[in-house]
Amino acid sequence: MNDAFAGLSAEKLQEMLHQMLLIRSFEESAEQLYFQGMIHGTMHLSIGQEGSAVGACAALRAEDYILSTHRGHGHCIAKGARAGQMMAEFFGKETGYCRGRGGSMHMADVDTGNLGANGIVAGGVPMAAGVGLSIQMQQQDRVALVFFGDGAANEGAFHESLNLAAIWNLPVIYFCENNQYAMSMSIFKASKVENLSERAAAYGIPGVTVDGNDAIEVYRVTREAVERARNGGGPTLVEAKTYRWKGHSKSDKQRYRTKEEVKEWQERDPVARLAQRLLEAGLLDEEALARVQVEVEEEIAAAIEFAKESPEPDPATILEGVYA
Amino acid sequence: MSRELTYAEAIREAIDLAMARDPRVFLVGEDVGVYGGAFGVTDGLIQKYGAERVRDTPISEAAIAGVATGAALTGMRPIAEIQFMDFITLSMEQLVLQAAKLRFMLGGKVSVPFVLRTPAGAGTGAAAQHSESLENWFVHVPGLKVVMPSTPADAKGLLLASIEDPNPVIFVEHKLLYRTKGAVPEGYYTTPLACSEVKRAGRDVTIIATSLMVARALEAAGQLATEGIEAEVVDPRTLKPLDAEPLIASVVKTGRVLIVHEACKTGGFGGEVAAVLAESAAFDYLDAPIRRLAGLDIPVPYNRDLERRMVPQVEDIVDAARRLVREAR
Repeated sequence: MNDAFAGLSAEKLQEMLHQMLLIRSFEESAEQLYFQGMIHGTMHLSIGQEGSAVGACAALRAEDYILSTHRGHGHCIAKGARAGQMMAEFFGKETGYCRGRGGSMHMADVDTGNLGANGIVAGGVPMAAGVGLSIQMQQQDRVALVFFGDGAANEGAFHESLNLAAIWNLPVIYFCENNQYAMSMSIFKASKVENLSERAAAYGIPGVTVDGNDAIEVYRVTREAVERARNGGGPTLVEAKTYRWKGHSKSDKQRYRTKEEVKEWQERDPVARLAQRLLEAGLLDEEALARVQVEVEEEIAAAIEFAKESPEPDPATILEGVYA
Repeated sequence: MSRELTYAEAIREAIDLAMARDPRVFLVGEDVGVYGGAFGVTDGLIQKYGAERVRDTPISEAAIAGVATGAALTGMRPIAEIQFMDFITLSMEQLVLQAAKLRFMLGGKVSVPFVLRTPAGAGTGAAAQHSESLENWFVHVPGLKVVMPSTPADAKGLLLASIEDPNPVIFVEHKLLYRTKGAVPEGYYTTPLACSEVKRAGRDVTIIATSLMVARALEAAGQLATEGIEAEVVDPRTLKPLDAEPLIASVVKTGRVLIVHEACKTGGFGGEVAAVLAESAAFDYLDAPIRRLAGLDIPVPYNRDLERRMVPQVEDIVDAARRLVREAR
């Protein structure tokens, strides 16, 4: 395997493509179900950002932790969660990952190391320092990777957490998915630095910016950061530049950006890009790609079926889970 | 065996015992190490347990709360310190939106066992940003427990129980109690959470008080006794979850109740206690309206006399209890 694939095996690359297709399909289906009135509340879709979620998680081991964001379905799937339990959570069902208590914004799968999406911008960022400290104090062979957006990089909690992780040399990867907009606020209006990774210098830690729509490059830089963290080299700030195709949530009229801009980014589709590269390198043929697409469709159909057929939470259990 | 310790020494002894017993327990906060904590509570612990387990932090209250939450979530038992309760305003997001709710939001699949210690209270001339009593904010948040010890023995036992508890506990200490002395049993023991205690028995009036106000209520009860008024002083000790039965039973017995706390009256814990009593069997036994004596609804003033007037004093409690007892049926 040449370095163009960052040392990833054909099998692993195919698995990454499968995950990206699954995320895309999961979110497209979730949106359809929302429009059909099957799912209530809101949702924050990460369509267009699958490369950063899958590239980052590909560099982690099963026992490593992630902390995720409100736009976290991709992270959850990429870390190993099952679509059925995720879809059931969307439907608010008892069989969902959070027993229907959390919904889209609190999707978590503790068994695969996902400590949860978060409804608060930068909400997971201070906690990540605690998870890193916990790993360090228990001398575990683990790392913590916290996803957050460009919006979170302007929260005060970001500064406190990165500084603490830096001075304590914690095994944390601060993974910024810069999708260009904090709701409607463009990153070009919200920050004077060209790359958010430059902020790493303020904490005396490495910072790197990567094309977030190139899953392999994301994997390459994240792996470096993970190795550094695992070997006692402390935290890294990774910035993956990407773009969300859909609005911020379900109320977004998208007045703050042009259709041309969206189209331009859609031409850099991370899913199509990985598929194309695998096809060109002969690591996948058209037939195998078609097979993966069918598998993904079947997986999502089964997930929806599971969610629909699952029981609602028993109202008698409403008080459960507040205290341990 | 018990011997006299100060409230601060009792808390230190509890931390020491917990750290000796459980390697998952560690301290994290501003100046908790060599400095020994702003009020000297953690003095000497860094020498015994090292900087790894007695962790000084930068001035980063959000990160302190985040570290406690994240570490508790993944197998540790942190004891975080917020140097003054006022500064907890800077930790609110992590405490209220994360630590308190994580277990519920994640369908009961995680727990967040940490203790956040913080000194509250006026009386040190530190003015409006270093004197607040904000405990009731946390009482309002499902998922948190709120503990407020009033004696050295309770401080030790309740802190050890809080450290053992699998939930996030806000442990509110009082600056003016740190130097007060009392008998404290030796060795490891826990005082159960959610267990109100009658600190002095009496038949004429119930005084329900928290933290420093318990000491003042007991002193007031001593003075009232010389006038032939027997006040019963009850200390909830844990504000949330509240063990209401002993409060209700006391009011059923005395028919009169005065609720005393230092925090501002409006929206304070006293309102909750009054409501619990009014909704309970005690209502039918009341011989007089439920009364509250609490901090004035003002920021804590700097001037010595104004500061004193802002917070209930012994003479205020004596006066309020006396009037309550003498009110006609």
